[in-house]
Amino acid sequence: MSEQAHATTGTYLRVAAILVMVTLIEVGVFYVPAFHTVLVPVLLVLSAFKFALVVMFYMHLKFDSRFFAFLFGGPLLLALAVVVSLLFIFYGALRLRTGV
Amino acid sequence: MAHAHRTSMGLDSRKMAFWAFIGSECLLFGSLISTYLVYKGRSLVGPYPHEILNIPFTSFSTFDLLMSSLAMVLALAAVQRGDMKQGKLWLLVTALLGLVFLGGQFWEFSHFVREGLGLTTNLFGSTFYVLTGTHGAHVTVGVIWLLTLWVQALRGKLGPGQAMTVEITGLYWHFVDVVWIVIFTVVYLIQ
Repeated sequence: MSEQAHATTGTYLRVAAILVMVTLIEVGVFYVPAFHTVLVPVLLVLSAFKFALVVMFYMHLKFDSRFFAFLFGGPLLLALAVVVSLLFIFYGALRLRTGV
Repeated sequence: MAHAHRTSMGLDSRKMAFWAFIGSECLLFGSLISTYLVYKGRSLVGPYPHEILNIPFTSFSTFDLLMSSLAMVLALAAVQRGDMKQGKLWLLVTALLGLVFLGGQFWEFSHFVREGLGLTTNLFGSTFYVLTGTHGAHVTVGVIWLLTLWVQALRGKLGPGQAMTVEITGLYWHFVDVVWIVIFTVVYLIQ
């Protein structure tokens, strides 16, 4: 459970390069009409990948105590559940009212 | 660390408390993002998101914030190895990149207001300004925090013994960055 050594400078630079490349891919996907049918899932996956990279390497969660991951991951999952539940409640209610 | 505050688990108590705080911040931003998504596409009058959002400009702001996170980890690494010259430099670079982001947000908000999108114009305006404005307020706090550390470093009051203080500042800064990663996708790219 102890706190461990962090990543090296080389790792930080590689992570930064990947983050920039993924951001460029996100913007590219946004502008290419062929991707518009799969735009939402592709962007969500890429965003989650960037999120995980920053949390694991820059916030050192990959190297730190698992208890910190629990302190962060628990509320994060709860926040995700809130987002998904509210979307179901509101869009479900809208569908019932409009019959669409 | 000069005054180690260890819990019974052997972990730094300040770091543990800060992770708990970041967890609570997840719920704050989760509720704001939910509100934005729930009211998405329900504005009765314009301007609408596709008419007003500037993707190239916001992509640059995203790049800026990602680079500020890199500068922050380089600052922490420098402070941990006792290289305070590099530590001061990277702390200042992080704060300046944060200021560039805030300047961009100020320009974006001013532009939107000129285009007719105010806080009470429509549902998009209300949810957009509250979400991105709350994030901007967090960036502002982060910049003030970073500049405070930088001044402490200039006065010789920040060294390897205070590395945990820099690490906690970094946790806050990176959290602000990951929140923006989500906002950039949900608000700007998924219109």
